[in-house]
Formats: sequence, C-alpha cells, structure tokens
Amino acid sequence: MIRYLARHAQVLFFALGQLWRTPLASLMTVAVIGITLALPAGLYLALENAREATAGWAGGAQISLYLRVDTPDNVVGQLADELGHLDGVARTEHISRAAALAEFKRLSGFGAALDALDDNPMPPVIVVHPDDAHSDPTSLQNLMAQISRYGDVDLAQLDMRWVQRLRAILQLAQRGVLLLGALLCVAVLLIVGNTIRLAVLNRRSEIEIITLIGGTDAFIRRPFLYSGLLQGLLGAGAAWVLVHLSLWALSGPLRQLTALYASDFQLQGLGPGPTAALLAAGAVLGWIASRVTVGRHLKAIAPS
Amino acid sequence: MIEFSGVYKRYPGGHDALKNVSFELGTGEMAFLTGHSGAGKSTLLKLITLIETASRGQVVVNGKNLQRIPRRRVPYYRREVGIVFQDHKLLMDRTVYDNVALPLIVSESDPREIGRRVRAALDKVGLLGKERIYPIRLSGGEQQRVGIARAVVNRPPLLLADEPTGNLDAELSDEIMDLFESFNRHGVTVLIATHEVRHVSRLMKPVLVLSNGELTRSLGVHVP
Repeated sequence: MIRYLARHAQVLFFALGQLWRTPLASLMTVAVIGITLALPAGLYLALENAREATAGWAGGAQISLYLRVDTPDNVVGQLADELGHLDGVARTEHISRAAALAEFKRLSGFGAALDALDDNPMPPVIVVHPDDAHSDPTSLQNLMAQISRYGDVDLAQLDMRWVQRLRAILQLAQRGVLLLGALLCVAVLLIVGNTIRLAVLNRRSEIEIITLIGGTDAFIRRPFLYSGLLQGLLGAGAAWVLVHLSLWALSGPLRQLTALYASDFQLQGLGPGPTAALLAAGAVLGWIASRVTVGRHLKAIAPS
Repeated sequence: MIEFSGVYKRYPGGHDALKNVSFELGTGEMAFLTGHSGAGKSTLLKLITLIETASRGQVVVNGKNLQRIPRRRVPYYRREVGIVFQDHKLLMDRTVYDNVALPLIVSESDPREIGRRVRAALDKVGLLGKERIYPIRLSGGEQQRVGIARAVVNRPPLLLADEPTGNLDAELSDEIMDLFESFNRHGVTVLIATHEVRHVSRLMKPVLVLSNGELTRSLGVHVP
C-alpha cells in the first residue's frame, strides 16, 4: 500500500516536473482554463451578490387601494380602520382626494391643466402596509385578493411587481449562468484534451516502447491523468485568482455606488464551499479529458 | 520454450506472411531465424511478442497458449520476453541508466532492487560507467548494447532479437552475437532473426530458414 502511494506520488511529481519543464505552454494552458472557468464563477458570484443585495427589499412592499371616486370620506376612513385590523396588515394610510390632488399637482407638473377641471378627478386611496411576516409574494397575493373584494375598491395595486420581476430576471440569469457554465466546462474538456493529445503524440515512441516491454495501459495512462488533473486544478486556481482580482477592482466604485444608496452592502468573495467546488470541477474536468483522450490514442498507438 | 504448430498469418488484403509454420525451440536453446527480407522473420517474432496474433494454428510460449491470453494480461506476458530491436528503440531523452531501468519501473519492481539490477545488466554488456550518459552520445554498437541490457534486465527466460546487427560493421556485429551467446550459456533461450548467414556459420547454432512465409529448411531445430 505504501509502495502504491509512493509510486503515485512519484508520478504526480513527474507530471508536475513535465509542466514545469515547459513553463510557457503550461502557463498558457492554465491561463486559458483559468479564464474559461473564471467566467461562470464570476457570473455566479455576481448573481449571489445581487441576491444578497435584494434580499431585504420585499419589506418595502405595499398595496395601494384606489377606491371609487364617489366614496365619501368617512366611509374611506372606516374602511382604512377596518383594513388596519386585518390579519397580516401592519398599518394603513388614508390619502384623501384633496391630498391626492395636491400631491399629483406638485409631482406631475400638470398644475395649470388640473385647475381647469371642474372637479377633482383623483380617487381616494388607502395604502396598506403588510407586516414583515406577510411580505412574501404568496401572502401578499392572498392579502391582495382579500382586500380587493371590498365593495368600494375600484383597483388594488401591489407595488411589488418590480421586485418580483427582478427576482424572475435573477432566476433567469441563474439558469443562463448554469448553461454557460456547462458549455464552458465542455470547453475546458476540449482544451485539456487537446494538450494531452499533443503530449501523447510527443511521447508516442516512448509509449510504444513501454507497451512492448510490458507496461500496462494503467501505467502508461497514469502520468497523463495526473498531468490533466494538475492542469485542471491549476486552471481552477487561476480562475479563483482572476475572480477575486476582478472583485478587488470593482470594490472601490461599488462602495461609492452603495454609499449613494445609503446601503451597507458589501461584495462577497467565493466562500469555502464554492471555492472547493470550483477546484474540484477543474480537477475532475482535467482528469476526465485526459482519460478520454489517452484512452482513444492508446488504442491507436498500441501495437497489438 | 517456443512451439509453433501449423501457424498461418494473413494480413488484411490477403497477403500471407506465414504459411503453415511448425517448429519447436526447447528451453535453453539458441537458434537463428534467417531468410530474405520479407520472408516473414519479423512477422514470426511479432507473433511471439503478441504484437500480432496468428490467423490459424497455435503458438505456445513458455507453456502459455498465446491465443488464450486476454488483452489485459498481454503486458504481464511480455515481461517474460526480452526483445532487442534493430533500431534499438531507446529513449533519447533519458540516460542509459533510465533506459535500462525502464522494464523494472514498468513492472513496478522494488525500487531498492532497481539500481543493483540495472548495474548488473550494464556490467554484462560492458557499459558499466556509462550510466549517466545519454544514448545519443554512444556509438551504434554501444546503443545496441544498451538495448540488450534493457532486454535482459528483468531476467526473462526468453530473449528475441530482430536484426540486432543490422546497422553495425562486422566486428561489432560479432561482439553483439557473442553477447547473445553468453546469455544463452547462462540458460536463456535465444531466438535471433538475421539475414546475415555469416553469424549462422560462425556460431554453429540451429537455424530456421523462412522463404516467402514458409519454413523451407531447418538445421538442428525440431520440426514435428
């Protein structure tokens, strides 16, 4: 067992030595794998950060109830009180028609045009603020369905749509990153496969001789497998470094941006879990690529 | 040690490289395999090293029926046969020592044994002291000696050589042949393919003569 491990360690160092002896070629391969893997890893990180940043945003959801224009003010007040006692509602806010008109005049810039109207076109509005426990999309939908049934309600509008849309976009982007990641994994397979193919062809005569003096396929494969695994692993390491260099480059401008939004959001790097996953993915991809390539070429070279 | 019975080898395209070849070479014997180029000498050796398999008939080496050896066992079988090639097939980017050690490394021998056995093999071919040299700096005869050291380093019971003196002058050729004979005196079965009849007459060893794939003549070799 110890001899077995010693042999593998020897082959590992041999493979490392081979990479070391051709530094430029190895560096280029590792860099290409690094860039290829950095792309999905970076996008994944961007999405995670976007999710992190938008996690607290559902709290701001509110439902605006536009009542019929002819609803008397006292009825509106009563309704606001009643809604305020509903399960899941934190508080309600009553905006009278006069207040609504004043606000619209102030904000829209149509002041003169509105003055020309005979009567106030604005409906009374009740703004319903759900409590924190009922801020998730499903509860909000239920609450909205419940309060839209009140007689005087003309239109209930959930000011949550855009948060939902953002979430949907993020989900779509996540799926996109997954697809892109899968494609780029295939790219890594091809890159490693190609360098291993060249290495096999370079050592063709050596492989032939080893076959003739009784070397098993496993023996011949071993250095190539380690070489592929190392290239994948080093490539993944390069990807990690590239992602964190980009993060570092982005962190300054981002801090300015978040300061403008009075947010204390901080960019997160790849945690231990995703880092391990990235390195493992690189190593496994490298191993698979060289396994397939060497297997194919051994058959072609083998004299029997 | 080697037993051919009714062996045919037909290559794709219909060319018959060997036709109904039968002979027996006993353990500890040494024989030459001669004939013009293209007579089937190399093919016969390839059948023994399982680089090719017979189309018909049976080849038994060291008690093993070669047709019955599964592909994954072939490497283990090849370790019982030492092969010397005309073009040496040395690794030019490895030292003499590493070239000779290759069969031991491939068969995953005890690392403590490797040094001792490599030096013993180099001693036998008279190249002790050139371990650290790269083969490219050796003469043709010396390169072939490295090839022979590599073939015998794991002490195979059978030694095959395919035109081992093909590129050497007469004097060097004789030295190489004497080397094979000395291995044979130590109990190794030796089969040498050569088109140079000179060796055959000089060493007085049994001969198999191939011509157009057929065994036309044999001296001192048992043919059933």
